[in-house]
Amino acid sequence: MTVVLWIAAGMLSVAGLLALVRIARGPSSLDRVVALDVLLSCLIAGIGLEAAYNEHGLTLPVLAVLALLGFVGAVTVARFGADSESDDEPEPLVRDEEIGR
Amino acid sequence: MSSVFDVLSAICLLLGASLSLAAGIGVLRFPDVLSRQHAASKPQVLGLLLILVGVGLRLRTGLDVTTLVLVAVFQMTTAPVAAHMVGRAAYRSRRVSRENLVVDELGDRLKQLEADHDDRGEPQEPRTGA
Repeated sequence: MTVVLWIAAGMLSVAGLLALVRIARGPSSLDRVVALDVLLSCLIAGIGLEAAYNEHGLTLPVLAVLALLGFVGAVTVARFGADSESDDEPEPLVRDEEIGR
Repeated sequence: MSSVFDVLSAICLLLGASLSLAAGIGVLRFPDVLSRQHAASKPQVLGLLLILVGVGLRLRTGLDVTTLVLVAVFQMTTAPVAAHMVGRAAYRSRRVSRENLVVDELGDRLKQLEADHDDRGEPQEPRTGA
């Protein structure tokens, strides 16, 4: 059990580091928020792993908070932050009203 | 009996962690936002569920399992919504390379709407990408 948990923890660490590299590289904030979701998943998995290792449930409410935090972050960036930092002017799409027509 | 649960728990935890690792590699190596989302969604749902099942099999108390179920419900209701919004924002801010898409139904529809719009000869209004 202990060995398996350490192997899993190693995998999670590598995954978190790779996600961090993607967050640092970007290029757009959407790439960063996708990588941030991966990092949060690794964090949730890591805290779960620690709870399984020490056989206590004290940190489990933190998992619920983290699960909601990832959602709020992704939605905020997608809704408000995605097109503010576009360096190249995107060609226009058709407006919403036209799709509804 | 408890050792059986522990072995099952270890298998679940290992599988969940390996899905996270796959997602980390995919997020780093895939070329654009949509394909990175494809990789990133693996630990968000299946990986997380496996980890939670693993922790639940290890702890085996009612309170802990209830919290774990709550986490799973949160994640499974919010992950699709967040993924949809990120994908939508990516498409609208032209982060999606359209040549790589196999199916692009929204693109076809937009082209058709553009054509209809031009046929009616209405004055061109300013169109926003947001």
